[in-house]
Amino acid sequence: MRHEIVEKNVGLLAVLILVVISFGGLAEIVPLFFQKQTTEPVEGLEPLSPLELAGRDIYRREGCVGCHSQMVRPFRAETERYGHYSVAGESVYEYNFLWGSKRTGPDLARVGGRYSDDWHRAHLYNPRDVVPGSVMPAYPWLFDNTLDGDHIGDKMRALQSLGVPYDDEQIASAREAVEGKSEITALVAYLQQLGTVLEDKR
Amino acid sequence: MNSLWSNDLSGFWSAWIIVITLGTIALSAWLLFANRKTDKQPDAEGHVATTDHAADGIEEYDNPLPRWWFKLYVGTVLFALGYLALYPGLGNFAGLLGWSQEAQWDSEMQQAEARYAPIFASYAERPIAELANDAEAMQVGERLFLNNCAICHGSNARGGNGFPDLSDDAWLYGGSPQDIVTSITQGRSGAMPAWEHLGEETLVDVTQHVLSLSGKATDPARAEKGREVFTAMCASCHQPDGTGNPMMGAPNLTDDAWLYQGADQSLEAAVLETLRNGRNGQMPAQVDYLGEDKVHLVAAYVYQLSRQAPESVD
Repeated sequence: MRHEIVEKNVGLLAVLILVVISFGGLAEIVPLFFQKQTTEPVEGLEPLSPLELAGRDIYRREGCVGCHSQMVRPFRAETERYGHYSVAGESVYEYNFLWGSKRTGPDLARVGGRYSDDWHRAHLYNPRDVVPGSVMPAYPWLFDNTLDGDHIGDKMRALQSLGVPYDDEQIASAREAVEGKSEITALVAYLQQLGTVLEDKR
Repeated sequence: MNSLWSNDLSGFWSAWIIVITLGTIALSAWLLFANRKTDKQPDAEGHVATTDHAADGIEEYDNPLPRWWFKLYVGTVLFALGYLALYPGLGNFAGLLGWSQEAQWDSEMQQAEARYAPIFASYAERPIAELANDAEAMQVGERLFLNNCAICHGSNARGGNGFPDLSDDAWLYGGSPQDIVTSITQGRSGAMPAWEHLGEETLVDVTQHVLSLSGKATDPARAEKGREVFTAMCASCHQPDGTGNPMMGAPNLTDDAWLYQGADQSLEAAVLETLRNGRNGQMPAQVDYLGEDKVHLVAAYVYQLSRQAPESVD
């Protein structure tokens, strides 16, 4: 065996290690880019409206994904509580994914329409007002901050270049749709559409 | 699934996965066997040759792989092959067991349905007024309430600012069994318009009149002034005498139940705020989440809440 050649050439060793570990990705990840299940939107999926998109950015800014997942797994215990399990086609317009990996709070993949707007506002202003034992932080500044809409068109154009089907008209009128709205309005709009595309709620 | 093969992937990508996966397993098996034995035998005195590597005088024996380690490796290769034969993993090959996560979820759901659906079906056959007296049914109903309703109405059903108290006797949309079932099934949408355009002075007059309906007015003169506006603007929903209209969820203003009042807000300020901005309380429809049988049971639970002594509601 000519071990020595590999063992004494660090560069060659590194290259060979990369080749070996890339087999896993080549077999597990690469085919997903060509699988209909993961690349085609579910029926009725629409890109987020400008206001919902602004809400999504607030969701990311406030770190909601750190405590809330958006991924209902196909187990009865989960679907009883949260609704129909998540399917890949619901996420094809998502950049980046907010599936999360930790549930300090409940999963939010299907929270849309579950509670009223008033409930979300009360809950985000101070979670203890509606859920006495909650450990969630309060987000009162969302009620004071307003959106200027300066970059919403740019964001939509960036998403468009990644394949999200926004048309130019939507992008042109985006600023108008968000300017002056409060952050809480945007965030609640985002939350209220989560998981509402699948008709089957259970 | 009608066959052992699905068509999630095109033939090319399916073959791609199969070749890489089996190829990797075959390669690692080859690597194992190719390196298993050393061809350097111990000499007559039992000294084992070294690999000729030396670092700081430390040398490395050129021994065969330990047997336990070798067997463990062979075991992982066999496990991989067995797993890939039974479960989906090789491209479009569905596995001999025909297992899929959707099918497993489906069978879990069917088992639960077979076990629990008859219980709820038997409750659904009984009238709500009767169920309300069945302690066992109410225990089940309470769990449904806590899981689905308590987040807004509170675990003691006493509601909160903007979320109706279900333990009292005041009903926005009627408190008969049928009304409760309808509220839960279809949800409700409150539609009180904003009256800001009437001007703050007028709204204070109307506030005094609204408070006078339950004997809480602090300024009878202004209350009297507010009566005219109330009759003109508010009576079509709340009735001229203020007793409300459950058909449209217009609350009775003559009782002592107030849906909107913040924790540190006076009743007067709360009523004024309602008049100024309007109210649009929403109750989401629940039938798609619960199904009709569970709606029936949880309606019975809500029905009995207001029919027991207040102190036992906890």
